[in-house]
Amino acid sequence: MTLVAAPEGRSKKRVARTSAALWRRPWLRATLTLSPPLAWFLVIYLASLIVMLVTAFWTVNPFTNNLQHGLSLANFRALFHAPIPTIIGRTVLMAALVTVADIIIAVPFAYFMARVASPRARNALFVAVLLPLWASYLARVYAWIVILTKDGTLDWATQHLGLGSPNIGYTNTAMWLVFTYIWLPFMIIPVYGALERIPDSFIEASADLGARNVRTLRSVLLPLALPGIVAGSIFTFSLTLGDFITPELIGSGSNTNMIGNVIYDNIGLANNLPFAAALAVVPIVIMTLYLLAARALGAFEAM
Amino acid sequence: MKLRTSSRKRGRGAAVALALAIPLVAAACGSSASTSTTTTAAPGGGGGLTPPEQNAPVQTSVGAGEGQLNLIAWEGYAQPEWVKPFEQQTGCQVNAKYAGSSSEMVSLMANGGGGQYDLVSASGDADLRLIYGGDVRPVNMSLVPSWKEFRPFLQSPAFNTINGKHYGVSLQFGPNDLLYSTKVFKTAPTSWSVIYSKKYAGEITIPNNPIQIADAALYLSKDKPSLGISDVYELTQPQFNAAVSLLKQQKPLIKAYWNLASNEISLFQNGETVVGAAWPYQTGQLQAAGAKVADTIPSADGATGWADTWMLAAKAPHPNCAYKWLAYISTPKIQAEQAVSYGETPANADTCALMNKIAKGSCVSLHANEADAYFKTIKFWKTPLAQCGNGKSDCVPFVDWQTAWTQITG
Repeated sequence: MTLVAAPEGRSKKRVARTSAALWRRPWLRATLTLSPPLAWFLVIYLASLIVMLVTAFWTVNPFTNNLQHGLSLANFRALFHAPIPTIIGRTVLMAALVTVADIIIAVPFAYFMARVASPRARNALFVAVLLPLWASYLARVYAWIVILTKDGTLDWATQHLGLGSPNIGYTNTAMWLVFTYIWLPFMIIPVYGALERIPDSFIEASADLGARNVRTLRSVLLPLALPGIVAGSIFTFSLTLGDFITPELIGSGSNTNMIGNVIYDNIGLANNLPFAAALAVVPIVIMTLYLLAARALGAFEAM
Repeated sequence: MKLRTSSRKRGRGAAVALALAIPLVAAACGSSASTSTTTTAAPGGGGGLTPPEQNAPVQTSVGAGEGQLNLIAWEGYAQPEWVKPFEQQTGCQVNAKYAGSSSEMVSLMANGGGGQYDLVSASGDADLRLIYGGDVRPVNMSLVPSWKEFRPFLQSPAFNTINGKHYGVSLQFGPNDLLYSTKVFKTAPTSWSVIYSKKYAGEITIPNNPIQIADAALYLSKDKPSLGISDVYELTQPQFNAAVSLLKQQKPLIKAYWNLASNEISLFQNGETVVGAAWPYQTGQLQAAGAKVADTIPSADGATGWADTWMLAAKAPHPNCAYKWLAYISTPKIQAEQAVSYGETPANADTCALMNKIAKGSCVSLHANEADAYFKTIKFWKTPLAQCGNGKSDCVPFVDWQTAWTQITG
């Protein structure tokens, strides 16, 4: 029996020693706990990004249409050839305009949800905000085609109101409307979260100190809601920056190209992965700058 | 890919290309080739190369099925409506793998199908690459009885028949034709000039696809003979520039460059456009909805188009089931089913009544009733490469077509 007991006791001792070592060294404990998700993050997430960046230096062989490994800056140089700068500018402008429109709609809406509506109405509004997210993106974009097209719902309504026929189907304006609609929930929810967290006592204190509603809004509510707005804008801005379905379906194709769909077009039949990868670096750079600016505004501390 | 599934049964684009937001022909044909095969791009493989000899002898009879059949197909080409009855009749269990592009098909078929795949529904340019790559083997047409009913120009077309050897069985094809409003055009336009005409400014739509450069080149080959365009997929830089500049002039006249067949359908339905480049699928849908439209292959210029072929893998593990499938898929009934389901024209000439039985008017809208002469002018798609068919290498490769197309559309 001793023969068996000895290793058992030794292994017990080993377990005890290991756990003691881990207890004494919290950093080791944290490393071991975090390493599986960290490895996943590194391999799946960063590795794919790195592979993409490496691809950006390759070229396409004009004789075989196959990828040629190498170290060429041609794809990055091509980013400066017309019309790519225009397309990048259009995409950034569109993302900015969509974000501004979503802020203008979402702030009063979220304020009403968070501070005015009864609990029951608040639940109903929550469902109303989130419900579109349950429907297919495509179905919603198609619904907008029906609304915006010539003699569609919008034209019908404005004609009956005697406002003429805007006929904005297949334009950049139409894309702006659709983006604003599609990403609105991503702005409302964080702004609601920020506004909901403001204690009532802050507003009472502001009133006690003689501030009127506008002053309270400006000096108390908006500064406290800002992190929520910035968080929402990260969503709306980055989602618009990368989208390719709305430009393909809502845009006319004529001066409506955006970064997303140009990347997409180059991947398909053209097999020009290298150029697509180089172009994909642009939104990454833009979003990095955007996130740095957001951090400077303190958006991450409140998230 | 939401887009892909949502639009599965729409025209060819539906399956493959709508998803990719690339119109049909293009998607059907993909890209990538090996240098050795591109030199043989001349029809009929006249480049002096001969396909590698296959060790397996050409079958002279079809034995008992092996119980399995592995297909590489365009999405929509192995629908349950015709796969289920086949499985019941032959006991061959069909396993279909859908490919998204011709390059994907070619790479899946590498090394003779890898001993895994039996048949591939290859299109246009992929055919010659597979033949000269030694990935497919000759088919004994006497084992495909319905082949005799095929349209003569699809029985031994240059893209799948080399030196009298058939490397596949033609399946379906279609033109990129001219769609027009019959309210505006009392008679069918005879030239593509109408889509470049200021007369219809703001009422024109064409596919949002670089393949349109070939369509522009096709028009220029007749309109500006001095350019000397003989093959619309093999364009020298000056020819290419002329086509691009024509498209740039056309741009202000365009209402929209359409990405999905359904976009074009709604444009014509609302009367926003009166003329454009389309597939027969849109015409059929519009006519069924009561829109006053018709389509045509302009007699002066012809049209671009696509054609697909079922090809037999060199190392097919289930050749008997494969032959059973080739015989089955070529019969008028199944050809009609697939044509209507997918919106294309069957290779079998004997399908008109059957198509109308499935969907009234589909025979006419998909042009299955037309005589061969109607299709004679179709230039079947192949991937543009730097290597021209004439042995020179000064042609514009497809990567540059895509770049130019982005420049055109902005």
